[in-house]
Amino acid sequence: MNHESIRFLEEQAARRRIDILNLIYKAKTGHIGGSLSSIDVLTALYYHVMDVDKIKAGDPERDRFVLSKGHSVEGFYSILADKGFFPKEELSTYAQFHTRLACHPTSKIPGVEVSTGSLGHGLPVAVGMAIALKRDNRKSHVYVVMGDGEQGEGSVWEAAMAGPAYKLDNLTAIVDRNHLQISGNTENVMCLEPLADRYRSFGWNVVCINGNDFGEIIPALLTRVPGKPTAVISDTVKGKGISFMENQAAWHHKVPTEEQYQQAMEELEQKLKIN
Amino acid sequence: MKTETKGSCRKAFTSTLNALAYEYPDINAVTTDARGSVTLEQFAQEHPEQFVEMGIAEQDAVSVSAGMALTGKNVFVCGPACFLTTRSLEQVKVDVAYNKTNVKVVGVSGGLSYGPLGATHTTVTDIAQIRCIFNMTVLLPADAVQTEAITRQLAQFHGPVYMRMGRGDVYDVYPKGEEFTIGKAKQLRDGSDLTIIACGEMVWYAVRAAEKLEQDGIHARVLDMFTIKPIDREAVLKAARETGHILTVEEHSVYGGLGGAVAEILSQELPTPMKIMGLPDEDIILGNSSELFTYYGIDGDGIYKGAQELLKK
Repeated sequence: MNHESIRFLEEQAARRRIDILNLIYKAKTGHIGGSLSSIDVLTALYYHVMDVDKIKAGDPERDRFVLSKGHSVEGFYSILADKGFFPKEELSTYAQFHTRLACHPTSKIPGVEVSTGSLGHGLPVAVGMAIALKRDNRKSHVYVVMGDGEQGEGSVWEAAMAGPAYKLDNLTAIVDRNHLQISGNTENVMCLEPLADRYRSFGWNVVCINGNDFGEIIPALLTRVPGKPTAVISDTVKGKGISFMENQAAWHHKVPTEEQYQQAMEELEQKLKIN
Repeated sequence: MKTETKGSCRKAFTSTLNALAYEYPDINAVTTDARGSVTLEQFAQEHPEQFVEMGIAEQDAVSVSAGMALTGKNVFVCGPACFLTTRSLEQVKVDVAYNKTNVKVVGVSGGLSYGPLGATHTTVTDIAQIRCIFNMTVLLPADAVQTEAITRQLAQFHGPVYMRMGRGDVYDVYPKGEEFTIGKAKQLRDGSDLTIIACGEMVWYAVRAAEKLEQDGIHARVLDMFTIKPIDREAVLKAARETGHILTVEEHSVYGGLGGAVAEILSQELPTPMKIMGLPDEDIILGNSSELFTYYGIDGDGIYKGAQELLKK
């Protein structure tokens, strides 16, 4: 990764963060903390790793993306609009009456492969996609982004068993390890550690990265080990990019006041200027 | 007098699916350590690239099936109905129905067919659970002939389906080669005094009851409502108009099943005296299917008595 590519991705991520803030502030609802923590990984996928033209064309050889933590949807919508899957003006309908831009992604929206929202569904669905694509000798790769709190769902571990059993080297599962879930620190709600060892012991190739650093994200997403799926434990900061939201569980789904909005916007615009 | 030959719905389903899998390469079978109980061994041997074993993980099996379907497969996820419809109900709701994936959820050994295995292995709430979920089609074939015919149609049917079958051999209701249309009730007898609407294994017993009623001079129409959703409302309304009394019978709780579906139509469109026969809202005693059908009054004699009670009202 050269410096220029990283700067480009950082700029895109900064723009997506501004959209996340605007969507949630305007609609007065949303899950801001997890959207901000995971947006760098989503940006890396859509602006560097995946061939978006193939996705738009519905090419059977396209890569698949599954947002298993469906509540981190605002950044995903921002990306899809920016990439032309639907008009940017439609973003203003987010969470409004009769919109298709629900607070969890639905496959009614162009570019959304599968509707999600209930946790613990994305990994097994991605496993099913990867099994079928592998058997059809497709070059496609399947990426799924899960939350760390989501790891509490038993169905995640059913699928974690199946991935290595079917030697799914066309599957990458990213855990947005922001350490906070709605009730507080993950380790106080239901201990997840040693998370990397858990995936390793299930037979996954495991890569641990700083999930808010493109220099680490890109190589991790491109990692392939023959015969094994890859789990990326993506260590992130919940609320990343807005100082007063960072590492605060309350910002899981709090909506900023006008004053907070102004401050947050100043910080995000500052980041955009630096780039 | 009807012949009393028997056949296995499970085996009719799997042998048909096995043959169809050659013709339709998109057909896949997914199972939950249940290749034996579903009778999928031959399919697994002959179509290893169209067969997926998920182990004892019903939730995973249903979601994985949805994922496969999203790449263009027609996926039959098969296992004991008791687990597949309840353990993985949310996966059916979200990954199959909401996502409208091309997944057929096929539950075997449903109803009371596990008999002495007890309450964990009964499936008497599945119709109620699944017919309330939008996008789902719900099918309960009556015998092996119908199971084979429906399975053939499912090879070309795009969309979410739940199909329930029993475990043991069941009496043949239909001659080989009989044709069926999903969504259309099959009339087995005509009658003018009442209509017995049945599904699954209860259809054979409904015909026995109608024969017995005939000896008393009571003419009962019998409808096989093998498609519980979308239900054939025209056939229900016609039966109510023409026979004036409706009796439903199912191997399911009396709450929310076939009886409920029929009552939802009649109570709003054509209030008609009705009786809903099925299993009571209580812990089911142990026994084999036929013992239990007799005990709970849903065998031929039981339905006959039920019809007489309904007509006395």
